[in-house]
Parts: sequence; C-alpha cells; structure tokens
Amino acid sequence: MKTWQCIVCGYIYDETAGDPDHGIAAGTRWDDVPDDWACPDCGVAKADFEMVEI
Amino acid sequence: MHPVIIIGTGLAGYSVARELRKLDPAQPITLISADAGDFYAKPMLSNAFAQGKNAPQLVNTPMEKMAEQHQLTILAHTRVVSIDVAGKTVHTVNDALPYHKLVLAIGADPIRLPLGGNGADEVLSVNDIADYGVFRGRLEGKQHVTILGGGLIGCEFANDLASAGYQVTVVDPGTHPLSSLIPQGAGQEVQQALESLGVQFHFGRSVQVADIAADGDGFTLTEDNGDILDTDIVLSAVGLRPRTTLAQSAGLPTNRGIVADATLRVADDVYAIGDCAEIDGQWRPYVMPITTAARSLAQTLHGTETPVHFPAMPVLVKTPACPLLVNPPPRGETGEWQQEVAEGGSIWQFINQAGLMTGFVLTGKIIAANRQRMISALR
Repeated sequence: MKTWQCIVCGYIYDETAGDPDHGIAAGTRWDDVPDDWACPDCGVAKADFEMVEI
Repeated sequence: MHPVIIIGTGLAGYSVARELRKLDPAQPITLISADAGDFYAKPMLSNAFAQGKNAPQLVNTPMEKMAEQHQLTILAHTRVVSIDVAGKTVHTVNDALPYHKLVLAIGADPIRLPLGGNGADEVLSVNDIADYGVFRGRLEGKQHVTILGGGLIGCEFANDLASAGYQVTVVDPGTHPLSSLIPQGAGQEVQQALESLGVQFHFGRSVQVADIAADGDGFTLTEDNGDILDTDIVLSAVGLRPRTTLAQSAGLPTNRGIVADATLRVADDVYAIGDCAEIDGQWRPYVMPITTAARSLAQTLHGTETPVHFPAMPVLVKTPACPLLVNPPPRGETGEWQQEVAEGGSIWQFINQAGLMTGFVLTGKIIAANRQRMISALR
C-alpha cells in the first residue's frame, strides 16, 4: 500500500485508508481511484497528486 | 455556547471549519458567505476551460452537502455589514450574531487597472465561480481574447484558452511571463511554449484605453505606444488585493492584508486566514499556505495556542504547455539565478550571496522527478 500527496495543498491519500467519505473504499489502490475524484481538501483533480514515500 | 463564526466560504473558510470539526464534534460553527457557499477549487478557474467545464461542473460539494457533512450552519448570500469586536458580535444585513471566536476568511479582490474608454467597465476579471460563469458565457461564439497581465493567472488563462481554440494576446508591461516570480530565462521557456499554441505576447506594453468597437461587438484597445488591438473579450489578470475594509472599519489592524501573528490572531478572539491575511508579516495567496494554516488555527480555536509553521511550499503553475514549479527566493534577497538544463525541462536555482540555494524553479517534464530533492536542498 502506498501514499500519494496532493502537491497543491498537501493532502495525503493513503491507499490503506482510502477516502470512504467520498466513495473510495479503504484499500483502494491509487490506480483504481477514478479520474473524476477530486482532492477532498482543496478540490483539485487527481492529476495533481504525486507519489510520496512516508 | 456561541458559535465560532467564520466569514467566508472559500478554501480558507471551509478548511478551518473542516479541521475544527475534526477536533471538536460539538462546537457550533457558523459560516457566512456573500455568495452561494458551494465548495470548489479556485485553482481550477484558470484551468477548466479546455476541459469544457461550465461553472456548475466545477462545484465539488454543494453548500447543503458541506453543511450536512461537517455539521455547519451556513448563511449563504449574506453580507456582513460590520463587526463589533468589543461586543463580540457580527452584524449582517439581517441579523446580529454573537460569536465565541471569529475567523476572517474573506479573500481578496482583483486589482483593476485604471483604464480609459467606454468599454472599461466591460473588462472582466475571474476571481470566483460566478465570474467564471459570466466569462464562459461571454466567450460563446467569440474568437479573440486579450489578457491584461502575464503573471501566473494570466499565463494559466492564456494556456487554457489557447488549448480550447481561442486566439489569445497577452499584454504586460514587464519583460517576460511571471516576471515577479521567475527569472527571464525560465520566462522565455514559458513564452515559447505558449507561443507554439498561438499565444501572442506584447511585453513592455500596457493597455490605456478600452473602447467598445464601432460595430458594438468587441473592443478596440489602445496600447501605450498608440498601437490598436481589436479583440472580442478583455480579461484583466493583474493581481489581487486583500480585502481589508471590513477589518479596518472594525478597528482591527491592517497593512497590506489583515495583520495577524503566527497564531493567526488579529485581536482578542479574532483571527484571519487566507488571501485576506498577512500572517507574521507575509502575504501568501496560495493554496498550500491556506490548508497548512487551517490546521494550526483549528488547534488554536480548540484551545491549544499553536503557531503555524510553514514548510517549503512551492507553487505549481498550471500551464500544461510548460508546467512550472516555483519557489521564489525571499523578498529582497540578493543573489543570482543559475540554470541547469535537463532532458525535457530545466532547473533554475537561486543562489544567495552566502552561496545558499534559497529559491528554485523547475520547468517542463522534470518536475515530479526533482521536486523532493529541490525542496530538501532549500535553505
């Protein structure tokens, strides 16, 4: 499981936790997050995330 | 218990509300908004056109859903008239609302250059989602857009509109794109990339007069050297000015923005965040400073006084023709820019007089591969 960070606002998407409040189940791999999903903190698109090691 | 009142439902207002709700499930929180209160990503306004998105499609979460999701009371389409700091009360057009603590998250206004001509009032600015809707509507069936200002927002719009098939002219008094943020060489990379999309730049120029065209359709612009430019739409993108009037008339300290210390405190039980605020002497009108400050402000509002610590926060410029990641050196820093050419882009480092790297710019396709390394090397 990996983590991804929104490079616009700093929000972390953790594959283990997912984003259940916005329909992304825990354990959802980044590749499987739909392209129209938006950063829950700042609203920018999935394309503005990059993988980070934490 | 009186609520924490937050004035403004932009990114700053909603970020504070969300972070505070995470810490405190019971604290009543009221947001007051002059507009509809829907949550959307402001950076998308200069980036959504080529994707064919209209204003409603840019809404991430409607106001009602925000209220329900985070247990908020949201007063939309409600103007705040005045603040009584001593009496801890906000006066709106309708009500007097007492607060426990007050957060000013009221944003900034677009700067408008003084223009002559009978079309000056028809020059558009895009500072919120409603402006975007108007702009999109006016573009319908038109071909040529003139953008006043070749800074970050001006260049993002130029890229977006050119990609959507519009002819774009950018008029800017400086020497290169984003001249307040990046060195001339990096600016030329952006310029060439945008020119390859058909964007025309008029540097060293300003528009003095905006007249409605003789046939009533579009504009005739006059530049400072007398050149005439015929165009359909004029978009002003020359910068923002923090909204300080409300704070000023409440007797709160203002300078460039509303003056707040490192805990975002302006006065007893009054705080400021986002584009309206000057925090610890600096104005930071970007997304990451807002979300960072919101987390520390939520702690402070919850009772643990917490100064904000800003990490390096490079700004991503959304010009897909030549993407940029920009971390300007501190204001007034002396030194020089050094370029390192890489495959698919370049790395610009600002080396100060002590030989330390205090700013950088990454261009092109190398951003992701070099971002972390450059941030770690910053001094």
